[in-house]
Amino acid sequence: MSTAPARPTTESSTAAEPYALHVDDCASIEEEIRHYEDPRAASIGALKIVQKRHGWVPGGAIPAIGRLLGIPATDVEGVATFYNLIFRRPVGRYVIKVCDSVACFLTGYEEVRDEICKQLGVGFGETTADGRFTLLPICCLGACDRGVVLMIDDDTHFGISPQDIARLLERYP
Amino acid sequence: MTAETKPLTYRVDLATPLDIRGYESQEGYAAVRKALKEMQPSEVTHWVKEANLRGRGGAGFPTGVKWGLVPMGEDAPRQKYLICNADEMEPGTFKDRLLMEGAPHQLVEAMIVAGYAIQASRGYIFLRGEYVLAAERLQRAIEEAKAAGYLGANLLGSPWSFDLFVHTGAGRYIPGEETALINSLEGRRARPRAKPPYPQIAGLWGKPTVVNNVETLCNVPHIVLRGIEWFRGLSQGKSKDSGTKLYGVSGRVRRPGLWELPFGVPAREILEEHAGGMQEGRKLKCWLPGGASTDFLMPEHLDLALDFDTIAKAGSRMGTGLLTVVDDSRSIISVVRNLEEFFARESCGWCTPCRDGLPWSVRLLAALERGEGRPGDIEILEQLCRFLGPGRTFCAHAPGAVEPLQSAIKYFRHEFEAGIVKPAAQAVAQRTPAAQAVA
Repeated sequence: MSTAPARPTTESSTAAEPYALHVDDCASIEEEIRHYEDPRAASIGALKIVQKRHGWVPGGAIPAIGRLLGIPATDVEGVATFYNLIFRRPVGRYVIKVCDSVACFLTGYEEVRDEICKQLGVGFGETTADGRFTLLPICCLGACDRGVVLMIDDDTHFGISPQDIARLLERYP
Repeated sequence: MTAETKPLTYRVDLATPLDIRGYESQEGYAAVRKALKEMQPSEVTHWVKEANLRGRGGAGFPTGVKWGLVPMGEDAPRQKYLICNADEMEPGTFKDRLLMEGAPHQLVEAMIVAGYAIQASRGYIFLRGEYVLAAERLQRAIEEAKAAGYLGANLLGSPWSFDLFVHTGAGRYIPGEETALINSLEGRRARPRAKPPYPQIAGLWGKPTVVNNVETLCNVPHIVLRGIEWFRGLSQGKSKDSGTKLYGVSGRVRRPGLWELPFGVPAREILEEHAGGMQEGRKLKCWLPGGASTDFLMPEHLDLALDFDTIAKAGSRMGTGLLTVVDDSRSIISVVRNLEEFFARESCGWCTPCRDGLPWSVRLLAALERGEGRPGDIEILEQLCRFLGPGRTFCAHAPGAVEPLQSAIKYFRHEFEAGIVKPAAQAVAQRTPAAQAVA
């Protein structure tokens, strides 16, 4: 009987790692808290604030957010691991999110996906060796009349076909 | 385009949406003034009920009835919430994006009027995180409305106070379900809650809460301004349902797009006149009437009125009313596999039938797609459709997921059968554990 392979871990993703929230991030989170009747409701916003600083959420930030909101770190981690736009592992400089839902699927998603994978040399869930791009699938982006749709960070690109990919990627050095 | 016939979209401008001054010059916030100065909150609810406004998020529940369940009066809790479900993520649906990006003040005004009707203390626009432009524009509209005195304490000199916030999400499809949305807004994992209690009694932070879709809410100011009879007449006798509807088409058609039309126009008119028909060399194979979680309909259903009752009678649901058309170059198995992959990935994992049943259906469909299906696979899929159907799971996610699957088997059984290995090959191949489990 063979032993199960070790689960891949990222060195700096454990909650035990010391982490101090940036003073600006603390202020932004405090401002978030004021939008709600209960500080817990700011947990997603807080994770997004920390992620904006690092590109992802380092492990030590989880208990730090928990302390600020007055909720257990496990609850913050539960939220962080539930939502697909919160990254608990390092990502590339840019995150590409390709819509793989039905309307794009019917209008050329597979060809676009294959071209991106070919040019980047990575598959979904992977980051290019130079740390430039992380590639992820995403749910319907709500522009089905202009498929194929993809996002690179906060930019949404419509009507993408395989021949557009090279020029599009060049815009993200 | 006029306010009389296309109330939802006549002020839509995607390039430069109207600021508050421009919006006010086109009857903007007139409904807020009218409601607060001339109408009791219960009157607004009554008008919405009588106008027969039904939810545009997919379920078609009468909006006024939903509001009518909220406790009112002196003894009602002081905190009550109105949430706009702007988590548009139903595959094939792209209507709320237009309303929010193109006319943000319309939604803000709608939230104020609806908030007044239920005497909400706060409103939240629960917006999916990917709608970056909508978030910016709504935020700006809220700030402008606040500066103009349409939000905040003692609105327009009335005793009622109302604040409005944009809350952006962090992904996942399940927050579109209203009780999962409430959990998500509270900063929790977005799993659905048991009902009852219904949100109107105990929702956000345990307080009375109404959750309405963007398009639903955007109708409200127009009903208040122009009245019940006008709204009922918008469907021009084509349907029992009232008002207009944002209908759209995506897929391999000549002009995919979105149009505001009288409620209940036939699907054929939308597909052929507005979308220009199928692209050169392609034929219509089947279509989803309103998103991924609706049953497929066939070309012979195109003359049906696209309204809640008619589409339900044909064995599907109108859902969001945006058509996804499948052309004849596609194998139905591949399309259904794509749909079920989506639902399997987006299951929140809270209840077993959904969490385990949906990936199972994906494995079977992928095998059929490769031509490696086993005898009995179709029967297992049919069984899954029953086991994941209404009443078997915690929320509507899995029942919605099996709608396209069950209808694909109904209309295209021959394609499923063609995916099963021939007897000669079958003798060599081992049965899958999945098939054994049911055998």
